[in-house]
Amino acid sequence: MLAILDYKAGNQTSVRRAFDFLGIPCSITADPETLRQASGVIFPGVGAAGQAMNQLTSTGLDHVLREVVESKKPLLGICVGCQILLDYSEENDTKALGIVPGACAMFNRGLTEEDGQPIRVPHMGWNKVSLQTPCELFEGVDADSEFYFVHSYYPVPTSEFVIGTTFYGMDFCSVHGRSGLWAMQFHPEKSGRPGLKLLSNFAKFCGEVSNAQ
Amino acid sequence: MLSKRIIPCLDVRDGRLTKGVKFLDNVDIGDPVETAKAYYEQGADEIVFYDITASSEGRGIMLKVVEKVASQIFIPFSVGGGISTVDDMRAVLLAGAEKVSVNSAAVKNPDIISQGAAAFGAQCVVVGMDVLKVGVSEQIPSGYEIVIHGGRKKMGLDAIEWAKTVEALGAGEICVNSIDADGTKDGYELTLTRLISEAVTIPVIASGGAGSPQHMVDAVTEGKASAALIASIVHYGEYSITQLKEYMHGKGVKTRMVW
Repeated sequence: MLAILDYKAGNQTSVRRAFDFLGIPCSITADPETLRQASGVIFPGVGAAGQAMNQLTSTGLDHVLREVVESKKPLLGICVGCQILLDYSEENDTKALGIVPGACAMFNRGLTEEDGQPIRVPHMGWNKVSLQTPCELFEGVDADSEFYFVHSYYPVPTSEFVIGTTFYGMDFCSVHGRSGLWAMQFHPEKSGRPGLKLLSNFAKFCGEVSNAQ
Repeated sequence: MLSKRIIPCLDVRDGRLTKGVKFLDNVDIGDPVETAKAYYEQGADEIVFYDITASSEGRGIMLKVVEKVASQIFIPFSVGGGISTVDDMRAVLLAGAEKVSVNSAAVKNPDIISQGAAAFGAQCVVVGMDVLKVGVSEQIPSGYEIVIHGGRKKMGLDAIEWAKTVEALGAGEICVNSIDADGTKDGYELTLTRLISEAVTIPVIASGGAGSPQHMVDAVTEGKASAALIASIVHYGEYSITQLKEYMHGKGVKTRMVW
């Protein structure tokens, strides 16, 4: 069973619906014991980094998350979950979890897109990911696939943790981590088939088997 | 680089599509869930549901539709029409929509934009604006005025000023619907679209007037929009979304081609 961390951060239901569709058992939970028993943990999130960190620390779930990572249980961070795995976020001047070294910065509105137009913030819509290093989660995913992004801040992990990059006025890191500890700035649960493939690859890595036909 | 989005819009009343969608051979053409699924399969980048239900009973039915869509379609979708309170927004988002669209309620009570953005994040709040071309005047310096009630009521509000206001209040996106172009199939109101796109830094969706694939190219190039909203051009089987995307891609517009 996969566990989706419930810290009132918005999109946990969308993530669960995607796993339901894939026929992969999962539960939305804030219970430390259920999280410890899970084959893998999904750490979702929408909204602001400051609020998300407050929710985590006030419930003590920040400690549970660290424990999950220390025990080498697979973890997948999504969007704000991806951002606050880092040390710090410029958004609300937030001290974050510090599980992956790095920080989160805001897009500079002075940047321009490839067509010469100024970028708009939030970065909202579909964009590609260029893998900088092979990643198990992207097995069977077409390299031209696009994923749904919606964010104004982007992760800047130290270079050894950069897995994939995306161009939006500049190259930024859209997938970071290492084997078994992954984080994605985009929403795989809203990225059509390629996104569902990433989620099913994560479930497979965790040893889960789909019961869908 | 970010792809330009193609967004089909479905009008729903009491849980059914109001205009029959004619391109589908093998599904119930009045069912918004089946139709949304078909558009998802064709590569729609997002879907908009516009609920024209008047009764509260009908609203409950719409929430059921939203739940069904959310369990079968894994792209973002928004719901608009009759959203006038933060509680209305919450109900739609909890049912599974990514975004809510507010239109006349925002004109009457702009605070709903900031309240919605504070409660659910700016990315959730789309402000739809219906715009009529009027003469340039002191009150309407751009010559484009905000209207409500399907264009019947002028609000004495300049469209460009209103766009800047909603951005400042925390809207995540603006959908600009030209009342003049709507239903004509003669193309989007490109001047209006460009003026709004240049006045704000949040994404702008062009709406009203799409009759050919070239119109959509124009909206995202000349009009500088981030996305094009479409309706009858796909509902009546003239084009599939896949065909529209292939056309745009062929014209050098960055379009999502793998899904």
